[in-house]
Amino acid sequence: MTLFNWTRRAVIAAGAALALAPLAASAQTPEGVLIVGQVAEPKSLDPAAVTAVNDFRILVNLYEGLTRYKPGTLEVAPGLAESWEVSEDGTEYTFKLRSGVTFHDGTPFNAEAVKFNFDRMLKEDHPFHNTGPFPLAFFFSSVEETTAVDDTTVKFKLSAPYAPFLSNLAYPTGLMVSPAAVEAGGADFGRAPVGTGPFKFVEWRANEAVVIDKYEDYWGEPAGAQAVVFRPIEDANTRVAEMIAGGIDMMVEVPPTALSQFQGDEFNVVEQAGPHVWFLILNAKEGPMADKKVRQAVNYAINKEAIVNDVLEGTADVAAGPTPPAFAWAYNDELSPYPYDPEKAKALLAEAGAEGASLTFYVTEGGSGMLDPVAMGTAIQADLAAVGLDVKIETYEWNTFLGNVNPGLEGKADMAEMAWMTNDPDTLPYLALRTDAWPDKGGFNSGYYSNPKVDELLESARTAVDQEERAALYKEMQTIVQEDAPWVFIANWKQNAVTNDRVENFSLEPSFLLQLEKVVKK
Amino acid sequence: MGSYILKRLAAAIPVLIGVSVLVFFIMAMIPGDPALAILGAYATPENVAKLNADLGLDKPLVQRYFIWLGNMLTGDFGRSFSQNKPVIDEVMGRFGNTLILAGVAFVLCSILGILAGVVSAARQYGLADKAITFIVLIGISIPSFFLGMILIILFALKLRMFPVSGMYLIYGGGGLGDLLNHLVLPASALAVVATGVIARLSRSAMLEVLRQDYIRTARAKGVGERRVIMGHALKAAMVSIIPVLGIQAGFVVSGAVYIEMVFDWPGIGQMLVTAISQRDVLLVQGGVVVVAACYVLFNIVVDVAQAMLDPRIKT
Repeated sequence: MTLFNWTRRAVIAAGAALALAPLAASAQTPEGVLIVGQVAEPKSLDPAAVTAVNDFRILVNLYEGLTRYKPGTLEVAPGLAESWEVSEDGTEYTFKLRSGVTFHDGTPFNAEAVKFNFDRMLKEDHPFHNTGPFPLAFFFSSVEETTAVDDTTVKFKLSAPYAPFLSNLAYPTGLMVSPAAVEAGGADFGRAPVGTGPFKFVEWRANEAVVIDKYEDYWGEPAGAQAVVFRPIEDANTRVAEMIAGGIDMMVEVPPTALSQFQGDEFNVVEQAGPHVWFLILNAKEGPMADKKVRQAVNYAINKEAIVNDVLEGTADVAAGPTPPAFAWAYNDELSPYPYDPEKAKALLAEAGAEGASLTFYVTEGGSGMLDPVAMGTAIQADLAAVGLDVKIETYEWNTFLGNVNPGLEGKADMAEMAWMTNDPDTLPYLALRTDAWPDKGGFNSGYYSNPKVDELLESARTAVDQEERAALYKEMQTIVQEDAPWVFIANWKQNAVTNDRVENFSLEPSFLLQLEKVVKK
Repeated sequence: MGSYILKRLAAAIPVLIGVSVLVFFIMAMIPGDPALAILGAYATPENVAKLNADLGLDKPLVQRYFIWLGNMLTGDFGRSFSQNKPVIDEVMGRFGNTLILAGVAFVLCSILGILAGVVSAARQYGLADKAITFIVLIGISIPSFFLGMILIILFALKLRMFPVSGMYLIYGGGGLGDLLNHLVLPASALAVVATGVIARLSRSAMLEVLRQDYIRTARAKGVGERRVIMGHALKAAMVSIIPVLGIQAGFVVSGAVYIEMVFDWPGIGQMLVTAISQRDVLLVQGGVVVVAACYVLFNIVVDVAQAMLDPRIKT
């Protein structure tokens, strides 16, 4: 009996402890401190060394570039450079820098600092080139030389005219880091970042949080929040639960299926289309896809409306061609997507003699910008089966997938999923649709598409300095590529985020960058 | 006893070497390229090859193994590329967090499991026994990560009693109270299966002891029931319960992997899952070796404890 009593006492004590526990439950997040739920731990906070949007979301609040994107657009506006001049032949850019700007560590921001940044990334003999690798340095590969003319003037000499240059300067890869901090930190610079932005770095607790504070001596308008905490929560369900419980004030990349949980006054769901294309690379070199009719047939056979509405729950739009509509000035709005027309697809397959063909389809399990690749892949497989194509799916983990796809599909597969997020209408087609971008030439044209006219248009567009002229060239390119169908154009993602009602002045940018300087947290 | 401990420690060395061989060559066999993971979607085959050479990944596999092993013996576990810091710093920091979670769960499951087993045995076929057996069966059958989600929904979202995830309040947190508050749900979810196993085995160990003659003698001599059970029987049963605890300690540490993912606990399990998906080879290898070393150490401690309790075990 005594034993039983003892146990009963323990149970009562445990019950009492549970009842008292609410007193200790998680408090609301503090005023002025914005807590952001991120999808992963950042790799590094060195802007030249990273490629992931997840890392960029932190970086753009710590650092600034010579140019930046005008809020709400992808147009280039002055940043740390007040103005610039481009030489007539388009190979010399002279920037007038903002004066009186200092990095968070007190180092002055000047022309020498700009030179240091570009030389570190581009010159293999630079003493701090070993703080890389710099995977996106090719954004600036046309830069031949950077010269500090005087304290506030810096000149870039390009090897050839390169229209996306100003836009690339606004991309995170072009953000300015403090030379003194790189010299002091070496390879560890990415864990103790120093920039000129509206927030300064405070601490990085491994897998717990990156904390940044308002920089009181900021040259521009001071930030609206006292501090921002970026918290990595890899599991999407846990992120959603933290958002509902009030442990975080904002989360990005809300899973489509969770969006319905954030209806009501307590939360705001924010959406913004960005320069993203989700497509299928078709192997135009060999097999059934070498025939344009078959490539067009699969474009007709896939029900893209159903994919964006049912699989992605309306978080994407149907894509019409290789250029996303977010590049407003360069987008050809006369193009309409291939309609869902299985009968036409069957007719085209019959004409090509490819009825009942067997196809190998590379699908990835996840990956940057890939949305819901397995569900999308199986929906595509079912649509193709409905027109008589026998599609065999091979699924790979993202890095393995890239290791298979980037070197080219030849001898391996007929189609593969892919998605790109870019900052300029040049990047994706130039790197993935030109003949000179076939994998053996170091590009990403893994489906071996080749059309001399497209090559010519892309080369001219990149060297044309006049934007209207560039726009006309891109629009013509889109028409040809849509007709040639080297890809199946599936979706343009609308990024989303959810905030609670204590967050004000927040909007998402088409650049996918998370600019938080104006956000106020009550 | 001293020589027994030394003998057990010496036997651990080949085990650890075996673990290092296994983890090294399995990581080498996993498809996917660390250089690709670093360079991201923009990696050209040419850049991948160059970076692999910079990382020393172009050397023959066996040579790479011995370089890695040699460095490890001098305490250099290499540098994690995904975390951009020394592997050993990352692993030790994370392992500490896992030990906090697993340690609390282990204490919880040991006390509750043994207690439930003792009560069950003392009241064999009674109401308490049946109730405990039923609860234990449910506990053993529910996967811990699923239970974790249920706990989050119930205690964090509906009742708002405990935080959803993490180890401390993310801003202005810290301290023991904050830690304990964050520990309640993940430690409970982690403890449940092990509690069930320990309860079942404690019950049968106790029943066996209670059938012994000397227990009957003690009862006949008028020793109180509580002393018979807690003093005589439990002490004897512990000899068979301790090895079970040792095995469960290992399960609790490995079970922490799922729980750390669900509760976003910054431990070594969560680190390993992320590191594997990022192909951070050195971090995975370092993490596995440290966990294995700890596992081996657990077993030695259990063996030694058992030897101390039971003189029949030859030391």
